[in-house]
Amino acid sequence: MIKTYAFPTYPYVRSADQDSAAPVRRPVVIGGAGPIGMALAVDLALHDIPVVVLDDNNTVSVGSRAVCYAKRLLEIMDRLGVGERMMQKGVTWNVGKVFFEDDQVYSFNMLPESHHRRPGFINLQQYYVEQYLVERIGDLEQVDLRWKNKITALEQQDDGVLLSIDTPEGPYQLEADYLVACDGANSGIRALCGLGSSGQVFQDRFLIADVLMDPKRFPPERWFWFNPPFHNGQSTLLHRQPDNVWRIDFDLGWEADPEEEKKPENINARVRAFLGEDVEFELEWASVYTFCCRRMDDFRHGRVLFAGDAAHQVSPFGARGANSGVQDTDNLAWKLALVLKRQAPAALLDSYTRERLQAADENILNSTRSTDFITPKNDASRALRDAVLNLSRRYAFARSMVNSGRLSLPSVYADSSLNTADTEPFAGSMVPGAPSTDGPVQRNGQDDYLLSALGNDFNALWFIDHASLPDAADMAILAQLATQALPIKTRLVSPVALDIQLPAGVELLVDHLGVVAERFDARPGTFYLMRPDQHVCGRGRSFDPLRIQTMQGTATGH
Amino acid sequence: MPQLITDNNLAVPDDYYALLTELYRELEPAQCQDVNARLLLLLGNHIGDMDVLAEAARIAREHLPAASTLAKDI
Ligand SMILES: Cc1cc2nc3c(=O)[nH]c(=O)nc-3n(C[C@H](O)[C@H](O)[C@H](O)COP(=O)(O)OP(=O)(O)OC[C@H]3O[C@@H](n4cnc5c(N)ncnc54)[C@H](O)[C@@H]3O)c2cc1C
Repeated sequence: MIKTYAFPTYPYVRSADQDSAAPVRRPVVIGGAGPIGMALAVDLALHDIPVVVLDDNNTVSVGSRAVCYAKRLLEIMDRLGVGERMMQKGVTWNVGKVFFEDDQVYSFNMLPESHHRRPGFINLQQYYVEQYLVERIGDLEQVDLRWKNKITALEQQDDGVLLSIDTPEGPYQLEADYLVACDGANSGIRALCGLGSSGQVFQDRFLIADVLMDPKRFPPERWFWFNPPFHNGQSTLLHRQPDNVWRIDFDLGWEADPEEEKKPENINARVRAFLGEDVEFELEWASVYTFCCRRMDDFRHGRVLFAGDAAHQVSPFGARGANSGVQDTDNLAWKLALVLKRQAPAALLDSYTRERLQAADENILNSTRSTDFITPKNDASRALRDAVLNLSRRYAFARSMVNSGRLSLPSVYADSSLNTADTEPFAGSMVPGAPSTDGPVQRNGQDDYLLSALGNDFNALWFIDHASLPDAADMAILAQLATQALPIKTRLVSPVALDIQLPAGVELLVDHLGVVAERFDARPGTFYLMRPDQHVCGRGRSFDPLRIQTMQGTATGH
Repeated sequence: MPQLITDNNLAVPDDYYALLTELYRELEPAQCQDVNARLLLLLGNHIGDMDVLAEAARIAREHLPAASTLAKDI
């Protein structure tokens, strides 16, 4: 049905591993080349870890799946090298409107505070994201992406996993130090491990239709209707995607017959009732979904790790599936790389489970609450929901209760054992465990952003000014930090440009607007240590190399 | 921690009770449910203290008669 996108077919290529008498051993095998498996593959490659990615299919995601990508995902994609492509193609939107029955009850602007490189959200079809990741992987020698390779069996060993793989040319086996299961919501790897994922199935069905329309008819905004006259009092969502494609979600209720609803004439009738007689549209794709929220008890099972939908699943209200899955890989990649390089104990991987279980619980809580608001479960809940909507026409307090999906924000790992607690007072939100905020800086006289200047290493931010310049001894320490076994690359943050000689691995960022210092509640002397996934390890008011080393040790499970 | 007041806190309790019965005058059951919901939302926001509200919610569900003894359309 899809007219606006030609699905690529990636070739199956025979690997030399298939001809080996004994199973070849690989450090990391990733099961599944969805957005999560591929993001992990790119991330590990950036950490110089060779990876094999196996996918049972030979193309990108077909059908109506993820649309909304939040700021944090875009920042991670920047680090992985596909953020800019996503931005170029995606539709940036900021305005959301809520309608109740016949009227608009209010509209809101999602525009985050200014001075960030990336917006709150963009909309982009999932197949583009996957295509960009496949192409990015093409640049990376360390990634061996094998299409039409299906994992069919696995055996946990003391120090690895033995995998059986099916291909168009027959089966073969591989050994892996670690297997990461990114094989989606119905994870076969999870089943092969005898593990489950438990939670709640929502007794409701949704028709998700993508339609091609004249872009002049609707602006790039998110419109959500509760009880609209054109759809028997159930909710409807309209969202714009690139290529003049609009996503429409219709709540159908539990009684709906999916087979009937999927018939093109019935879909067209619903869309027609919604858009009116005079709007031209063509159907690109439609599916009927039932949603659920569930997760595994643990995302690590010996040498098998789980990420993305395989580990946890949410209903799409709030756009937390792919957004949180990519945060899983952001969290896992550097830890797995350190463990494989023997720079951290294997127990560091347990912090992946702890931190991302907390995030999964937050996401499940938020998306369950949104789903409960959108589809009330009994008459009293419906009365309560409708009362909120009625009051929201006139009273501000009720507007903050209207929940058509709370859009995805990254988790703060506030209780993580990898954090070092503050010993001095700090204000603001950059607490240990928080993902780094962004802000404009100048690098070598060029306008840029803080997050672009933080790489895949541990980074220290040391706030200085012309009155508190690091001396020669400090510079020698910074040089040593940047070249030690587990490097810490310092970014000196100064309000003005300084003419100083910097050792390799140390960079000056000019915080010319003072936004960065303000967001970090920094004064001259303040330092932060950031993990490779740009979460804060710890901080202090005066630069203390010993303390930084200890913080890094804590953050790597030592 | 602020606590839910369970001793009388109203100058004229009968006035409040009358206010509530007035609220339902000539309303259909579904409208009563709507009015109740609006009132709960307005009062909850005014109180603004989750501990107090949670305590009130807990007490409200205490000693509920079994569902079968309640008239169906309430
Ligand atoms: C209607 C809808 C709307 C959504 N909207 C959003 C949104 O707006 N924002 C958002 O962030 N998320 C959204 N999501 C969720 C998002 O689509 C998923 O979270 C995301 O696709 C998960 O990626 P994944 O890589 O974990 O799994 P998948 O995308 O399912 O990929 C799994 C891959 O593993 C492969 N595979 C499976 N089994 C094997 C095997 N045995 N061997 C080898 N390979 C295997 C599959 O072929 C597939 O390529 C939405 C989902 C739906 C259904």
